[in-house]
Amino acid sequence: MNDMTPTREEREAKLQGMGCKRKRVEDVRFTQGRGQYVDDLKLPGMLFGDFVRSTYAHARIKKIDASAALALPGVKAVLTAADLKPLNLHYMPTLAGDVQAVLADEKVLFQGQEVAFVIAEDRYVAADAAELVEVEYEELPPLVDPFQAMAEDAPLLREDIKDKTEGAHGPRKHYNHIFDWQIGDKTGTDAAFQGADVTIKEMLSYHRTHPSPLETCQCVASMDKIRGELTLWGTFQAPHVIRTVASMLAGIPEHKVHVIAPDIGGGFGNKVGAYPGYICSVVASIVLGVPVKWVEDRMENLSTTSFARDYHMTTELAATKDGKITAMRVHVLADHGAFDACADPSKWPAGFMNICTGSYDIPVAHLAVDGVYTNKAPGGVAYRCSFRVTEAVYAIERAIEILAQKLGMDSAELRMKNFIKAEQFPYQSALGWEYDSGDYHTAMRKALDTVGYDALRAEQTAKRDAFRRGETREIMGIGISFFTEIVGAGPTRNCDILGIGMFDSAEIRIHPTGGVIARMGTKSQGQGHETTYAQIIATELGIPADDIMIEEGNTDTAPYGLGTYGSRSTPVAGAATAVAARKIKAKAQMIAAHMLEVHHDDVEFDIDGFRVKGLPEKRKSMKEIVWAAYNQPPPNMEPGLEAVSYYDPPNMTYPFGAYLCVMDIDVDTGVYKVRRFYALDDCGTRINPMIIEGQVHGGLTEAFAVAMGQEIRYDEQGNVMGASFMDFFLPTAVETPVWETDHTVTPSPHHPIGAKGVGESPHVGGVPCFSNAVNDAFAFLGSTHIQMPHDHWRIWKAARALGA
Amino acid sequence: MSKVHVKLTVNGKAHEALVEPRTLLVHFLREDLNLTGAHVGCETGHCGACTVDIDGMSVKSCTMFAVQADGADILTIEGVAAPDGTLHALQESFREMHGLQCGYCTPGMIVRAHRLLQENPRPTEAEIRAGIAGNLCRCTGYQNIVKAIQHAAATLAGEPFQEAAE
Repeated sequence: MNDMTPTREEREAKLQGMGCKRKRVEDVRFTQGRGQYVDDLKLPGMLFGDFVRSTYAHARIKKIDASAALALPGVKAVLTAADLKPLNLHYMPTLAGDVQAVLADEKVLFQGQEVAFVIAEDRYVAADAAELVEVEYEELPPLVDPFQAMAEDAPLLREDIKDKTEGAHGPRKHYNHIFDWQIGDKTGTDAAFQGADVTIKEMLSYHRTHPSPLETCQCVASMDKIRGELTLWGTFQAPHVIRTVASMLAGIPEHKVHVIAPDIGGGFGNKVGAYPGYICSVVASIVLGVPVKWVEDRMENLSTTSFARDYHMTTELAATKDGKITAMRVHVLADHGAFDACADPSKWPAGFMNICTGSYDIPVAHLAVDGVYTNKAPGGVAYRCSFRVTEAVYAIERAIEILAQKLGMDSAELRMKNFIKAEQFPYQSALGWEYDSGDYHTAMRKALDTVGYDALRAEQTAKRDAFRRGETREIMGIGISFFTEIVGAGPTRNCDILGIGMFDSAEIRIHPTGGVIARMGTKSQGQGHETTYAQIIATELGIPADDIMIEEGNTDTAPYGLGTYGSRSTPVAGAATAVAARKIKAKAQMIAAHMLEVHHDDVEFDIDGFRVKGLPEKRKSMKEIVWAAYNQPPPNMEPGLEAVSYYDPPNMTYPFGAYLCVMDIDVDTGVYKVRRFYALDDCGTRINPMIIEGQVHGGLTEAFAVAMGQEIRYDEQGNVMGASFMDFFLPTAVETPVWETDHTVTPSPHHPIGAKGVGESPHVGGVPCFSNAVNDAFAFLGSTHIQMPHDHWRIWKAARALGA
Repeated sequence: MSKVHVKLTVNGKAHEALVEPRTLLVHFLREDLNLTGAHVGCETGHCGACTVDIDGMSVKSCTMFAVQADGADILTIEGVAAPDGTLHALQESFREMHGLQCGYCTPGMIVRAHRLLQENPRPTEAEIRAGIAGNLCRCTGYQNIVKAIQHAAATLAGEPFQEAAE
């Protein structure tokens, strides 16, 4: 061996495979302003659509007069429900088994609802024309409070389904009722509560908020009438599903519908669903025969396309007097707005809310969820969350603090006492999940040791004493959250979207000189898929990541997949990528053996090629093997080197983590300061630590926003309050705390590379951590629970109410 | 609608055009000049995704009409790299420090940072955070953006990058 021969480490480093902080491929174009987002698209003859929206939360439409709008130069058409009815497109199916009005049919059910779609030569004229459409309304009493939805005299909202006694998930109890979903052992749970030493019960509201990516929802529809083909570019987190839906709704065969998701400016769940804007653009392009672009403005985005949360969770725990939890009981009142457009797998009307037993070994539990209609925007998307996991984790992590308070126990100790033990995995939860792997005690201990937990509690005690003595007006809160997520939906046996199983896919093709193109059924919106999938392939196949191009979002070329949301890309498409790579690797092994003139069992993979066992100098590099696959494949073997995998995961993955927040609050102003935030995440095998850290920073910042002020609020008339960035809290660099990140690694036993997914963990774990910090600060004044969001004003009000 | 004649310089190149008086500068740049790097995120002047540099000041191009830019010298993200394509230190540093994810805020963020470093070549962490407070990012939590700007500042000053104590 001479000095020029690369070492094993150098060969591995050259691959930039799994575990390295590979710089992102995407950044080269994004830092130069050369990303290609939907609104960057310009097609010849393209028109612009804009909506006329309801000014009322609940009203009957008496008349729509579009004559003044149509008279405006540059206006091409105005669509209303009357135009869509003959096409049977005035309603569209939702993912939740309901229907949603595309354009309001006779009645409007929320402020901002789509009433008419104006199409004009440019976006300015379209906006002018929308102003000129006159809609005459007859106001109806609005229903805003979900707790009043099923009152005897509540206003009837959905006249279109008023006689429907069966909903998508069983009988409806009231004309404003959507579903009643129950899981667990009710009798056993009730019995456990009856005999319990200690119980707690608290109504924990998780307020309505919005994912609000920086790029709003938008699309360009282009119908080629000669070829009978529709092309739809859009901000789609799940482009393949959108293609299927577009084909079904428009009646165009699926192979003639080309759906393309270009670069996406953030999604966070907002861009999973199908919205009236997409349908109207498609219809307009079909009618007018030219491309039609629709771009939401920010107010439309915040007030119409897909809110998140709005769960009101009456949460109970039962425990022994020494702090062993014996049962959990939860009832949720879910406000779904005017249409049930909740984006969940079909069989899960309340998503994965039944992960609400959290990280604890709770022997028996019962969960019931009632969904109701109100005069608010439809949605219920998983904002940086896997289908209601954020709500579930909030419920258990607040409840455990309340129980600790009642028991007079330290809440970290109460958690340690009740954690599922490492040896209990795979663990069957009382509400039906099989947790794949975890080591909660180790993670919690590491977190507590790193932050110096005991010293913090001692400082807090001293500060409380000083506060009582009147020496300070500042109080200190220590927030803990230990979360277990359930992500990677999911096994096709219980997870589907509109009947399509939630598998995902990867197709890898290696070209003769070693360049690789791989395509997936997912779609990055900032997660860095072009970088990380290539790292998986690099390690699996021994080909440098820089020689691998990842493509997503073009439904003509990419294999069918269910898209990116619910932290499913790594658990599902990442697994498909590894499996497809291993199929190629198996063929490469046969070729290598043929080239080396040995039996294939006598060669082994070695970083970037195959070698003869026991004779490491007899080897073939992947580059040589790939060329041979096209040049001289073994007899009876097909040439070429490519594979596809459609991966049906055997189980979900269960990432977990321990978060801790130290917060100081001035009781006279309600101003808080996050002194420290520590986040330990265990997402199993780590593909790119740099990207993981970035995901954690971003998710924590969104969690901070949601817990500390971000809200979509309605007044009693159903008017949306503050649907602009003036009022909707998006923290700037000034308010955003500094994040400390840490990790443990507990691989998933069922995932090909052991990875669990991480994108949503920080949001899921972060929200209860902040809320627990605020609540912990006030606990010594006799408070058990203060509702989110904890903005300065509300904190100040809470302090006043507690006599602080 | 009658149009108004404007003459301006964008990324060192002279442009003349007829624009409607109500056309926002961001739409003029994106649609008339095909410079799509500046993005529209809110149309209310809050998010900063449309930030460009006008006559030495950071300006949100959705808050200004194209006609108001008559005679102006404008720099957009497309003009930040050297004419030969060599990337600016900020562009390199944003990649190096993982200061971006979806890329939507990035052009505005870099153009703002570009001006910030001319106003204050060695800003502290607090000065950077205050200096980019007009630019929202939904993905990164800003921490790595701050690092990227510190890294670029060090590069431009020819000094080694030292991560600020946090």
